[in-house]
Amino acid sequence: MNNDTIANILLTTILPGNFVLAMFLGMCPFLGVSQKLSTAVPMGIATAFVILVASVSAYFLNMLLVHFHLEFLSVITFITVIACAVQLVEMFVKKTFPELFRQLGIYLPLITTNCAVLGVALFQTARNYNFAQSLAYSIGGGIGFTLALILMAGLRERMQLSNVPTLVQGAAISVILGGLLSLSFMGFSGIGGGE
Amino acid sequence: MSAPSNFDEFLDGIWKQNPIFVMVLGMCPTLAVTVSAVNAISMGLATTFVLGASCLLVSLLRHSIPKQVRIASYIVIIATFVTVVDYAIQAISLDLYEALGAYIKLIVANCILLGRAEAHAAKNPPMPAMLNAIGMGFGFTLGLFAIGCVREILGAGKLFDISLFGPHFQPWVVMVLPPGGFFVLAGWLIVFAAFDHYKTKRTLGVQA
Repeated sequence: MNNDTIANILLTTILPGNFVLAMFLGMCPFLGVSQKLSTAVPMGIATAFVILVASVSAYFLNMLLVHFHLEFLSVITFITVIACAVQLVEMFVKKTFPELFRQLGIYLPLITTNCAVLGVALFQTARNYNFAQSLAYSIGGGIGFTLALILMAGLRERMQLSNVPTLVQGAAISVILGGLLSLSFMGFSGIGGGE
Repeated sequence: MSAPSNFDEFLDGIWKQNPIFVMVLGMCPTLAVTVSAVNAISMGLATTFVLGASCLLVSLLRHSIPKQVRIASYIVIIATFVTVVDYAIQAISLDLYEALGAYIKLIVANCILLGRAEAHAAKNPPMPAMLNAIGMGFGFTLGLFAIGCVREILGAGKLFDISLFGPHFQPWVVMVLPPGGFFVLAGWLIVFAAFDHYKTKRTLGVQA
């Protein structure tokens, strides 16, 4: 059905079709964990890994569901697989990097309810991507998410030195920053054949 | 005795703990589907239904769900109702279904749902739990509607598909594009902060 080349998909999901800034997936960690670069980077990598695992398993699960005509179970099965993948990552991080585990706190288990993860699984199914395309889509999505998180964290670290009006402090200024980033990412539109 | 407190539970979500403007939760659908007021309202109502139904079920089952697997159980309950809504919307209006796209299924991943199930429904009897959930749902709908209106008026010069400014209006296209969503949300957050600021200043003034 879908003839997008792998390079197209990869470029599109990283720049003009960025999950966070153009499709609004994964806003919670984008606003929640982007205070410091030191937590934004591992959070981005952890999420990218979960996105990859979720995408691969969703691809095969979907084949299974289509085969048995059980498409209506897709949401339930996808979210269950994602929850398991997140549990895996959580145990791994807790064992290997206990310090990091404390810093990420509640946001690590919350990757389960990160729309970006479920979004990849749903969109790749909706667009009838084949296996290679799905892989490119999830890898691009993960890189794009990490990129957005890092850019945001860098901006917010700078923000601490500037004098923000009282009314705009907190969530509002982060949302405005997000808007500016999104505006600048729109400049990439057209790269990768467009949406 | 319980009637007024139940009503309070209901109002809590609409104003004092409004999920969008006060708690800043559920941002993904907030920004993604609010290009028009109709989309915003339907998304809000769909979320309200899932929220009410799943909180009711979680609350009814709160003594039988083991603590260790509670999150997984909540997610499965929520996913069930989301599937119901997904198919219902597809049956009612195909246009709407295409406009909202995968974001209906993404209600599963809305933090408000899991947050409500964990923080409120799991600890309270069915009635207040459901009222609180529906109140939250209406608060969410209100927030979506507020953002959707502004974006549709500025970005398309229309409201509910009725042209407002005549044929010579030059639409402010960026408002219906992704950055517009961020800016309108930021605008509303500032309005709420200003309101809060004014109120605290007034109460402090009265005390002094």
